[in-house]
Amino acid sequence: MAHEQQDAARTGSYLIRGAAILGGAAQDLLIRDGIITGRGTDLAGSDAADGATVIEAAGLVALPGMVDIHTHLREPGREDAETVETGTRAAALGGYTAVHAMANSNPVADTAGVVEQVHTLGRAAGWVDVRPVGAVTVGLAGEQLAELGAMADSRAKVRVFSDDGICVHDPVLMRRALEYVKAFDGVVAQHAQEPRLTAGAQMNEGDVSAVLGLTGWPAVAEESIIARDVLLAQHVGSRLHVCHVSTAGSVEIIRWAKGRGINVTAEVTPHHLLLTDELVRSYDPVYKVNPPLRTDSDVQALRAALADGTIDVVGTDHAPHPSEHKECEWAQAAMGMTGLETALSVVQATMIETGLMGWEDFARVTSTAPAVIGRVADQGRPLEVGEPANVTLVDPAARWTVDPSKMATMGRNSPFAGRELPGKVVATFFKGHPTVLNGELNTPYRHGSHPETTGPAGAN
Amino acid sequence: MKHLLSTEDLSLANAIRILDTAEEMAAVGEREVKKLPALRGRTVVNLFFEDSTRTRISFEAAAKRLSADVINFAAKGSSVSKGESLKDTAQTLAAMGADAVVIRHWASGAPHRLAATDWIDAAVINAGDGTHEHPTQALLDAFTMRRHWAQLHGTPSAGADLKGMRVAIAGDVLHSRVARSNVWLLRTLGAEVTLVAPPTLLPIGVGQWPCSVSYDMDETLAKGVDAVMMLRVQGERMNASFFPTTREYSRRWGFDDNRLRALDTLGLKDTIIMHPGPMNRGLEISSAAADSPRSTVLAQVRNGVSVRMAALYLLLSGDTREPAATASSGTASSSTAYSNAAHSTKESH
Repeated sequence: MAHEQQDAARTGSYLIRGAAILGGAAQDLLIRDGIITGRGTDLAGSDAADGATVIEAAGLVALPGMVDIHTHLREPGREDAETVETGTRAAALGGYTAVHAMANSNPVADTAGVVEQVHTLGRAAGWVDVRPVGAVTVGLAGEQLAELGAMADSRAKVRVFSDDGICVHDPVLMRRALEYVKAFDGVVAQHAQEPRLTAGAQMNEGDVSAVLGLTGWPAVAEESIIARDVLLAQHVGSRLHVCHVSTAGSVEIIRWAKGRGINVTAEVTPHHLLLTDELVRSYDPVYKVNPPLRTDSDVQALRAALADGTIDVVGTDHAPHPSEHKECEWAQAAMGMTGLETALSVVQATMIETGLMGWEDFARVTSTAPAVIGRVADQGRPLEVGEPANVTLVDPAARWTVDPSKMATMGRNSPFAGRELPGKVVATFFKGHPTVLNGELNTPYRHGSHPETTGPAGAN
Repeated sequence: MKHLLSTEDLSLANAIRILDTAEEMAAVGEREVKKLPALRGRTVVNLFFEDSTRTRISFEAAAKRLSADVINFAAKGSSVSKGESLKDTAQTLAAMGADAVVIRHWASGAPHRLAATDWIDAAVINAGDGTHEHPTQALLDAFTMRRHWAQLHGTPSAGADLKGMRVAIAGDVLHSRVARSNVWLLRTLGAEVTLVAPPTLLPIGVGQWPCSVSYDMDETLAKGVDAVMMLRVQGERMNASFFPTTREYSRRWGFDDNRLRALDTLGLKDTIIMHPGPMNRGLEISSAAADSPRSTVLAQVRNGVSVRMAALYLLLSGDTREPAATASSGTASSSTAYSNAAHSTKESH
């Protein structure tokens, strides 16, 4: 952590006045040189606040900077879809201070070299912490383990391993991966999709697929893998994370596994909390995603599971695609949706405005819990004196209409386009530096003169 | 009615209007000069991303009998097979001034994409999309059934629906756009539909469809049926464990000689046997059944041209108003109005 403290030297000081901390009583937060140095009522007159830039935050909610456990930044390889720079700008605007960059880049992030490259690009961009996810298997091919230890020991300090996009379907390989990551406190994040049951799958299998004549992606293909994996995790005493849980049946299996003390965590995406397969009737590929949009009863079960802790975290599965991959026939279209800049609003709409959760719970599922799963020590911390100053300020009363053309992500594939959503990120502090102010991008954080920052650091 | 994309969203009034117009068009086919000037100067593109000679020539004949200019665009061997997108193809056709696009596509929903986007402004007719729908096939089937039903009852076809008619649709429902379009249209027209198939070839969710489902062909026949529609079994299903062997399929779900005889034994003397073609003789239908007097296979082909003429005519003649929604209670009177309208428009050319 030595260099982190060194980094923090020049971020200046900010006095956030009258923000509702986690939605509670209004208090001031004083931030200096990357650390929260004061919290209390009316810090404005104190000596410590001398010279601090004042941010009036009456009516705003202060939250720990959000941590995304599931982001596709596309770089290296698909810079036409997204870059680390554009994706992390989107993340900062969405209230995030850390993202986990999935491994399905090209080349795949299956070596220390690639994860260090992504890590370095993230530091150079300076908008959020970029935590690379390492591939479980070489080339995501599901045949042999990638050098998980080398990635864990690299400067990227990888702790989350995933073949996301593809299921580690071989039960022996999955067992070995779960066992092996125990050596460095890693976690295997599984994309639960039985491949034979989903050959050619286009959408949720059910009433709507029957009418539309699109090949079904049955819930059982997800649930059977989760059932197998929680039993494997129990057997080898390891840590399993289930990506993008999408069905009511999966929720029941995870609830059962947690009841037995199995070390499993689970994630739900914002789109699975709001949208259903009824939208596919339009044949508009903006609604094509993997796992697919499910039914309303699945949506209700996922919301209840997030509220009661069965599902631990919200992960965006932010998946930008160039428009030509969506302006085509449904079957030809790429799967995936953008999500970084709409996640907060969708979670507010589906969980907070429905009365299922408060902002304290919101902080748990979008920051504290994902930071713990990813073993990101300086993220997801309480907003207390002495803690790292990763803070998001939200205006919960704001209403806005989603316009993908105005987003920072290069992806225009937002399924929420045209919808009015509540809640707007007003400011994001990353290591004490405001990456977002007044709802707009400010400047990136400048990492210190660490060897990693040679190269494009500062360019933007 | 700007497009004809599916029968699921086709109103009863519009369905009757198409069928009645098709009756008028059928009369043209019996004339010495089988041609109307109705669509003179209009351009119809047959855009086929999937081989289907039958459907393509049926649409071609229909458009030509209405004097439209016809362009056949087969995606195989064209720029499409070199990676040109549906969007670029559509925009190209738009730039060339296509008034209607008849699209056949292997991907479910492709016609909806053409109709919903701003890529092209032409009328879109779905000539079969993936495993979704094939609305003109269902309309020609309904036309064939309606003529049969009317003849049995000694009433005119025009304006009639199919109330009370019992229809069995047998075979690979899961992958069949013909079955889907027929289920919705027959529901709209008031027929009672039973799907007969092995459970592996029925979609999950079929329980929500407006029809009955049976796994037993003989039981379905024994309950009494006025039309039996056999669906084609595609070759690629045969080795994918949907059923053990073609012989077992044939025995349990095929329309074989025993079942042809059973119709007589059961006293079902007026039951017709339908097939959208092309047939697998000896698999889902025996030659004796296909060639029997009960078979309407060739009548279906003939009626296909009339129905497609009607669809093209109604979409391109400029009258895209929804007919009055009272058709369910007063089909006879409203349909008379439509056929008069069709008459007068034709005569004005």
